Amino acid sequence: MPNDHIVSSYDKELENLRSSIARMGGLAETQIAGAVDALFKRSAERAGQVVEADKALDDLEIAIERDAISILARRQPMASDLREIVSALKMSSILERIGDYSKNIAKRVTAINESDNFRIVRTVGDMANLVQKMLKDVLDAYIDQDAVKAMDVWERDAPVDELYNSLFRELLTYMMEDASSITPCTHLLFAAKNVERMGDHVTNLAEIVFYLVNGEILEDTRPKGDRTSFTVLRPGDDD
Amino acid sequence: MDKRQAETAEKQMVEGAAEAKFVTRGVHVFYGEKEAIKGVDLTIYNNEVTALIGPSGCGKSTYLRCLNRMNDTVESARVTGSILLDGTDIYDKKVDVVQLRARVGMVFQKPNPFPKSIYENVAYGPKIHGLASKKADVDAIVETSLKKAGLWNEVSDRLDTQGTALSGGQQQRLCIARAIAVSPEVILMDEPCSALDPIATARVEELIDELRENYAIVIVTHSMQQAARVSQKTAFFHLGDIVEHGQTEQIFTNPREERTRDYITGRFG
Repeated sequence: MPNDHIVSSYDKELENLRSSIARMGGLAETQIAGAVDALFKRSAERAGQVVEADKALDDLEIAIERDAISILARRQPMASDLREIVSALKMSSILERIGDYSKNIAKRVTAINESDNFRIVRTVGDMANLVQKMLKDVLDAYIDQDAVKAMDVWERDAPVDELYNSLFRELLTYMMEDASSITPCTHLLFAAKNVERMGDHVTNLAEIVFYLVNGEILEDTRPKGDRTSFTVLRPGDDD
Repeated sequence: MDKRQAETAEKQMVEGAAEAKFVTRGVHVFYGEKEAIKGVDLTIYNNEVTALIGPSGCGKSTYLRCLNRMNDTVESARVTGSILLDGTDIYDKKVDVVQLRARVGMVFQKPNPFPKSIYENVAYGPKIHGLASKKADVDAIVETSLKKAGLWNEVSDRLDTQGTALSGGQQQRLCIARAIAVSPEVILMDEPCSALDPIATARVEELIDELRENYAIVIVTHSMQQAARVSQKTAFFHLGDIVEHGQTEQIFTNPREERTRDYITGRFG
């Protein structure tokens, strides 16, 4: 962290902003774990808790936005302070979105539970574990102002996309084999897509941390692994 | 700032910039034994506003006053180094200081109109510099200058009113009109808005932006926001030295030097 401001209340305000982001990040992590837990345990009650808890993320986002606007108006921040505030604004809205994805997964639990014999494919859990770890690491990078660590997270989205590709094909196969699995498979596919999108958002967080620390906008194109937009599977395909 | 950084900053200054108006190298200013400026290298470009920022006593005003030899009026002041205006050393013995100050006009912190009419305030310079002798020509200069300074509409019907009777913001624009009247090439401004309210400040800032089309402008300001708003280039002075200079946007979003960062974010100890 840079030196203290001459006006100490300014430091306190920035510190509050930082800790609110950290709190949002922690909540968003918990929500991912909760949603996936509800999915695998097929627990409507657990899913309900996740849906309920999303409100806390929404509230924090609003609070951060309000605080950031207030600092912008009153302090006219410059340089690293300005970047800190712009970053907080952007990060809070991304974390809120990540929360929405968890909530959406939780909402699908009831529909999936309608199909008693349907087996939740393990891959969704693996994807969620990766994304949760990425989120944790990017938040650490934010707290430590560590652009190298942020870039490491930035590069770790590809395996998530790979898992999603294979899951996509796997679920299509199930659906072709057994029409009764179409409903749960579709819900599970959406759930997996949500996790995949969360991974993308975490890379956005990494880009913001990079900007926050270096003052430069990362312009490189991130390696993208999600090919499902182009995937066609026909009956009789081998895999 | 080390040599490499200075070169990078200088390169940035040149890129996409207009032609250089002032090229100053190794400028030192001494007040008696005290060294107020310690070897400043800076280039001022045409059609741009260059803001000089830094804490009180950092040397920014002293440097500004070198550019039209205002420091000559301070007995103990001694200036060394090279200050070239369009390639000519302004400290050369052959340079006529009065002519120089017509080319490089100055606007001060406190509006200082002459205790004469609005008309006379503007007409005085062109008359003594022999830019116009016929009444009609002087009238034309007065009107054009007041228009350029954005004051014409407010005073055209009372040009014989005392300049000192105007409001602070109007007085400052009158001083700008007075500076413009002698067709300068560069306008130096030493905290031109520090005595003005926000509306008058906004008017002067709008004016600075318009004047940029025709002049090179150098402004000393204590307001970071003002420097950020009006300038294209910013130089940060500290303890008689330039710590960092470059594109204004870069200085205020991503300064390279820790001292610059600390100053503009209000962390200076």
